[in-house]
Amino acid sequence: MNSLYFLLPEIFIFIMSVILLMTGLFVKKIKIINYIAILSIVIAVVIILNQSFQSILQNSFIIDEFSKIFKVMILIGSAASLVMFFSSKEDQHINLYEFPILILFSTIGMMVMVSSNDLLLMFIGLELQSLGLYVLAALNRNSLLSSEAGIKYFILGALSSGLLLFGISYIYGFTGNTNFNLIAVNYSEDSLGLIIGIVFVCSGLAFKVSAVPFHMWTPDVYQGAPTPITGFFALAPKIAAMGLLVRFLLNSFGEIYIDWQQILIFISIASMLFAAVAAIAQTNIKRLMAYSSIGHIGYALIGVACVSPEGIKSLTVYLMIYLIMNISVFAFILTMKRNDEYFEQISDMSGLYKNHPLSAIMISLMMFSLAGIPPLAGFFGKFYIFMAAVESNMFVLAIIGIIASVIGAFYYLRIVKVIYFDEPQTSYDGVSIKSLAVLFYPTSLLVVIFCFYPLPLLKIAETASNSFF
Amino acid sequence: MIELNQFLIVSALLFTIGVIGIFLNRKNVIIILMSIEIILLSVNINLVAFSYFLADLTGQIFSLFVLTVAAAEAAIGLAILVIYNRNAGNIEIEKISALKG
Repeated sequence: MNSLYFLLPEIFIFIMSVILLMTGLFVKKIKIINYIAILSIVIAVVIILNQSFQSILQNSFIIDEFSKIFKVMILIGSAASLVMFFSSKEDQHINLYEFPILILFSTIGMMVMVSSNDLLLMFIGLELQSLGLYVLAALNRNSLLSSEAGIKYFILGALSSGLLLFGISYIYGFTGNTNFNLIAVNYSEDSLGLIIGIVFVCSGLAFKVSAVPFHMWTPDVYQGAPTPITGFFALAPKIAAMGLLVRFLLNSFGEIYIDWQQILIFISIASMLFAAVAAIAQTNIKRLMAYSSIGHIGYALIGVACVSPEGIKSLTVYLMIYLIMNISVFAFILTMKRNDEYFEQISDMSGLYKNHPLSAIMISLMMFSLAGIPPLAGFFGKFYIFMAAVESNMFVLAIIGIIASVIGAFYYLRIVKVIYFDEPQTSYDGVSIKSLAVLFYPTSLLVVIFCFYPLPLLKIAETASNSFF
Repeated sequence: MIELNQFLIVSALLFTIGVIGIFLNRKNVIIILMSIEIILLSVNINLVAFSYFLADLTGQIFSLFVLTVAAAEAAIGLAILVIYNRNAGNIEIEKISALKG
């Protein structure tokens, strides 16, 4: 009973979302429900920051620095997408009170994922997250695109859960345990069944982070889902799945990393190169962000493949910067709106420099940062990742990463070109929408000033790596 | 006495049938839902067989969780399918192609 106290953030969010689910039937103002949802996320962040390090429920649920940092990142992502939700008007058909509640439910799933130290808990967290996300993707009930995005995401997500479960059953069968730490003690090194299990679980998780052989759903789902939800897809689930991948691989198979390192190296190279090439032909900004996120996941996976404290540290820094940049970009995408109609084509961005000079500068800086041009934050994220790769003697990986980021710079810079040099159009509502300004300006500022004060983030990330090494 | 290997072969076959069912089937989304169900059930066979041969209950409890999640997943899948059918007027897989690029 005592151990339930340490589950307080998850339980708190769960109770809040159930209460909201009931009040939502009677309260007509969706804004109020959204405010309460954001408030409960803030309270959960405070509770998480004050938790002591523990492993509870027979060592199946771990609260350490790593899980704390990842949980806070996930909650920031969820809160950001809830703030984005304020900007959506009723005509967009997603002004439903289920939106904040579904986000809260899948947030609980993600929090369980990054804390889980047991195959069973990991599966439950993953499913809790995915079941919420399937519904969110299809939330716009009257749109063909949204329901198609939902159906595609559901089919591929369910398939990936099946792969993951199949792997889990093999790992359980060939080690006799479901706890990560006990698996690490009990496996026999040359067991073929165990390798099959690791490969299946890795591919299931690669689906969730949308790394390359399993990325097919990402562009379609990003394009079809309503934009605040696309933002949520880009922000929270990837970070959670990445945290789960790190804990699963390092805690249970840290000793035989040779076996899974090559899988990660392959998917990270494939993701970086594929995303860099495939994004060039895109015309839809949400689709482009999907390819961009595939690429970023590729870089982040280098950090995991290093299997070193520097690798985990650089991964954490990278994901933090990724989170900040994506909040800014998606807040910006939501500002491209005129007469309650959203514009998503890249060509629609022309003339921003004339109509919205400040946000044009900001979004251009953000594109430079995504491309990894110094001295912006995105450059430092990539820099630490490549440094970690070099320190682990993986020069090929670092070189391919640099080549991919040079190719990838093209499609980011094309957006800057469209903003500044193409035929201007009439102006948008812009960041006059308050809820978006709250997201857009601080995050853009953070990306710019990161080079002056990188130390706080680096210190936080350093503690994250202490949980494993 | 049935060996562990035989259980594993059966479940691997079922798993393959499920995966192939998802990729080869060109007619109907309902069949995909059935394939997903087959995949999850093949995992259950695995878990229960391992649990029996390891003399460890965890696997059987795990399979109960899998059953529960499979039910929830099927419910959500059918709900999304109904929405899609309302918007598109059909559930043929080849016609699910409004999003591409």
